[in-house]
Amino acid sequence: MDIADFFDTFFEEAEELLADMEQHLLELDVDNPDSEQLNAIFRAAHSIKGGAGTFGFSVLQKTTHIFENLLDHARKGELTLRADLVDTFLEAKDIMHEQLDAYRNEEAPDQEAYERICQTLQQIALEEIGQTLEAPAATPAPLFKEEEPAMEEPAEPAGETAENQLVVALLNVNDKDRALLVEELEQLGEVQAQSGDEKRYEVILQGDISADAIEAVMCFIIEPEQIEIKASESTPATAPAASAPPVEAAPSVQAPAESTAKASAPAAGASKEAAAKPKKAAAESSSIRVSVDKVDQIINLVGELIITQSMLDQTVSDLDDQSVGNSSLQNGMSLLQRNARDLQEAVMSIRMIPMEFVFSRFPRVVRDTAGKLGKEIELVTEGKSTELDKSLVERITDPLTHLVRNSLDHGIEMPDEREALGKPRTGKLILSARHQGGNILIEVRDDGAGMDRDRLLAKARENGLAVSDTMTDEEVYQLIFAPGFSTAKEVTDVSGRGVGMDVVKRNIQGMGGRVEIQSKKGEGTNTRIVLPLTLAILDGMSIKVGGETFILPLSTVLESLQPTKDDMYAMAGDDVVLKVRDEYLPVIAIHEVLDVENAITDPTRSIAVIVQGEGRRYAMLVDELIGQQQVVVKNLEDNYRKVPGISAATILGDGSVALILDITGLHRLSRVKKEAGKIVNNQHLSFYKEAEPS
Amino acid sequence: MSQATNGAVMAAEAESREFLVFSLGDEEYAIDILKVQEIRGYENVTRIANAPDFIKGVTNLRGVIVPIVDLRIKFHLENVEYGGQTVVIVVNVADRIVGIVVDGVSDVMTLTPEQIKPAPEFGVTLSSDFLSGLGSLDDRMLVLVDIDKLLTSEEMALVDSTSNR
Repeated sequence: MDIADFFDTFFEEAEELLADMEQHLLELDVDNPDSEQLNAIFRAAHSIKGGAGTFGFSVLQKTTHIFENLLDHARKGELTLRADLVDTFLEAKDIMHEQLDAYRNEEAPDQEAYERICQTLQQIALEEIGQTLEAPAATPAPLFKEEEPAMEEPAEPAGETAENQLVVALLNVNDKDRALLVEELEQLGEVQAQSGDEKRYEVILQGDISADAIEAVMCFIIEPEQIEIKASESTPATAPAASAPPVEAAPSVQAPAESTAKASAPAAGASKEAAAKPKKAAAESSSIRVSVDKVDQIINLVGELIITQSMLDQTVSDLDDQSVGNSSLQNGMSLLQRNARDLQEAVMSIRMIPMEFVFSRFPRVVRDTAGKLGKEIELVTEGKSTELDKSLVERITDPLTHLVRNSLDHGIEMPDEREALGKPRTGKLILSARHQGGNILIEVRDDGAGMDRDRLLAKARENGLAVSDTMTDEEVYQLIFAPGFSTAKEVTDVSGRGVGMDVVKRNIQGMGGRVEIQSKKGEGTNTRIVLPLTLAILDGMSIKVGGETFILPLSTVLESLQPTKDDMYAMAGDDVVLKVRDEYLPVIAIHEVLDVENAITDPTRSIAVIVQGEGRRYAMLVDELIGQQQVVVKNLEDNYRKVPGISAATILGDGSVALILDITGLHRLSRVKKEAGKIVNNQHLSFYKEAEPS
Repeated sequence: MSQATNGAVMAAEAESREFLVFSLGDEEYAIDILKVQEIRGYENVTRIANAPDFIKGVTNLRGVIVPIVDLRIKFHLENVEYGGQTVVIVVNVADRIVGIVVDGVSDVMTLTPEQIKPAPEFGVTLSSDFLSGLGSLDDRMLVLVDIDKLLTSEEMALVDSTSNR
C-alpha cells in the first residue's frame, strides 16, 4: 500500500479534528474555561501535528506546533483567555484549514498567512505569558527562528525573501514604542543603522527577512499605516524617494493578505492549480465518507430482512405442493434467499478491512521518527491479515501512532547505549494483531529500556497524583495515561508532552477496549490493546444446552467427542478432568456454570467440545452441536453490562438472541462457583451485588 | 376569563408533565412519557445466567440487544405471570435502552405541579430515592417512578459500576 493512500484519510481526520476544535473554541467560556474543553482543543492540535509530521506537511506541522504550545500554556492556566485571543485561535484554525486544503490540492500553502499567524501566536505568548515559545527544534531558538525552515518551502515568493537590505520607516511612533520595535527588529535581522525623529524614524535592516514578517511583528504595537517598508536605497534595483509610493520590487505591506497573494500565486501557483483541480475532483468521486451509524443501521435492517426471509421460507416450505402455483413461489423464495444473503455479505464486507491498512503506514512513521532521534530501529509486523471492523481500524490508527512514537522515543535506547548494555544496536519494534478470547489483541512490543517504576512514581508525585509505593506494577504503568503526565526530560517534536498517552487511553476506552502494559526494566515494554469484537463478524459454532442456544467462537473449537466413563477422572474436590490422547483437560459443564435447566447431566451422554482459550485447553460439556454459522457480534454492554463467561451476543435466524461464550471467562466462572461451593444456588455469586437492599 | 388567570393557566399547562401509567398488580405507577421509546409484547427473551432474578434476560429489538427487567419481581409482587396482557415498556435512560415488564399499560395522564405530591419515606422495597412523587388524580393515586435513577442504581445491576457510562 502506498503512503499516498493515507493522505485522504489524514485529510478527512484532520478536517474532523479542525471542526471539533472550532466547535470547542466557540463553546469555550473565556471567563471560566472548562479544562476538558481546553484539553480537547489541545489534543486536536496535537493529533493534527502528528499526522502532518508523518506526511511531511511541514508548514501545517509548524503552525500546529506553535498553536499547540500556546494552548498548552492556556490549559495550564498560565495564559488567561480573552475573547480576542479566542478570535485569534479561530483565525489560526482557519489558516490551518487553508493549509490543509492547499496540501490536499497539492499546492503550496499560503506562506504569508503562515508567517502572520505564527507571529501572531508568538506575540500572544510574548505579551501574555512573558516568554517565547519553544521552537520545534530542541534548542530554544530566537523568536522568529521559525521563519527559516518556512523559507525553504517551494512556493517562496520571489523578491521578498532574498538576503537584502530593507528600510523600515516608522511614522508617528513615540519613543517608548519605538524602542520596543527596534528591539523586535534586532531579533529579525541585523540593524545596520537607525535615525530619524518621532514623525519618521528609519531603521536599515540587513537579513533574510520578508517585509510581511516585519509587518506582522509590528502590527501588535502600532497600526499598519504607521509602517513603511522598502528596499534600501543601496539596492540597485530601485531607488525610490522617501515620500514616493511603495515600489513593486519591495512592496509596501499595508495590505498584507493581498500583497502576497499577488506575489506568490500567479507565478508558481497558476499552472499547478490548473493541474491539481481535475485530480481533486477524481479523488472525491472515488469514495464516499458515510457515518458508521448509517452503515450500522443498514446492517441491522439487512439482519431483520434475513430474519423475515427465513420466516417466510419456513412458511413456504410448510405449504408443500398443496396449492397451485406453488413451485413458482418456491423459486421466488430461493431467489430471495440468495439475494438476501448476497446483500448481507456485501453489507458486512463494507465494514471489514485487514489490519494491513493500519500497519502499512508505520514503516514511514518509524523511519522518520528513528531518523529524527538518531536511533536504529527494525519494524516487524505480524498478523497483517487480521480483519477488523472499519470503525475500529479508523479509530485505532491514532492511538497506535502515539504508542509507536512513544516506544521509539522513550523505549528504545540510542544505538551506543544499547551496545553498552549488550543488546544489538538495532532496536526491534513489533506490531502484531490477532484474535484472542473473543477480543482483538493488538500489541506494540519493543526491546528497549522498559519502564522505570521508581521514576514513574516520582514523576506522579511531582504532578500531584495520588500514588503509593504499594501500588502494583500494572497500576504504576497505568499512570502514564494520566493527562499531562510525561517522564520525558524535554518536550520534543516526537513526544514527551504526556498528551499522547492521554489520547491513547481515551480513544481505546471510547472503542470499549482497554490498554495493558507489560514491562520489564532493561528488557522492553509490551503495550497491549484489547478491543472487543463490537460489530465484528464471528465464525461461530452453535451449540445447544437444555433448551438454550449458545455460540462458541469457531476459532476456539479444536474438536468434539463423546466422552466415555473411563476417560473422566475426578480430582480433589469436585474437579473433573477428561483424558484426551494423553492430555488431561479440565471439564467445564456449561449447564452447571450457566445454570441451564433440563440439560443432560450425565457426561457420557453429552458431547465434549475441546476448546482452546488463552493458550489453555478445556473440555466443554454440551448437549448438542447444531452447526456452524457466521454471526454478527452485538455488544452486551451497550445497554446492559459485562456478563461473566459471555463475550457478546448475536441474533439468530429466528430473531432470538443467543449468547456468545467466552472460554476463559467460563473457566474462571466455574472456578469461582466451585470455590464458593454454590453450584446449586446461584443467587449469591460474588459477581453480583445482593439483589435486595439490606 | 381575565388576562391574569389566563396567564396562570398557561403557566400551569407549561409546567404540567405527561406520564405513562402502568399497573403492577393492583398498584398504579407512572413514568415520564418522554423516557418511553415504545411499548411491545413480552416474547423471545434469552435468559442470562447468574443475573439477579428480576433481570429476565435480553431480547432483540430490531437488531439492538436490550435487557429486560421485570419490575414485578423487583417490587416483590405476587402472581408474576406472563400472558397476552404482559407488556414491555421500552425506555431510554442514560443513553441506554432497557425494557421493563409490567402487568399492563392503562393510559397517558397529564399532571399539573399541584397534583404531584412529595413522596413519603418508603420501606425497603422501593426507596423513595427512586420516586419523583405521588400523583393524585381524583381518587386514584399514581406512584411516579424516577425511572432514570431506578434503572441506573447499583441495586438494579444493569450498569457496570466500574464503567463510567
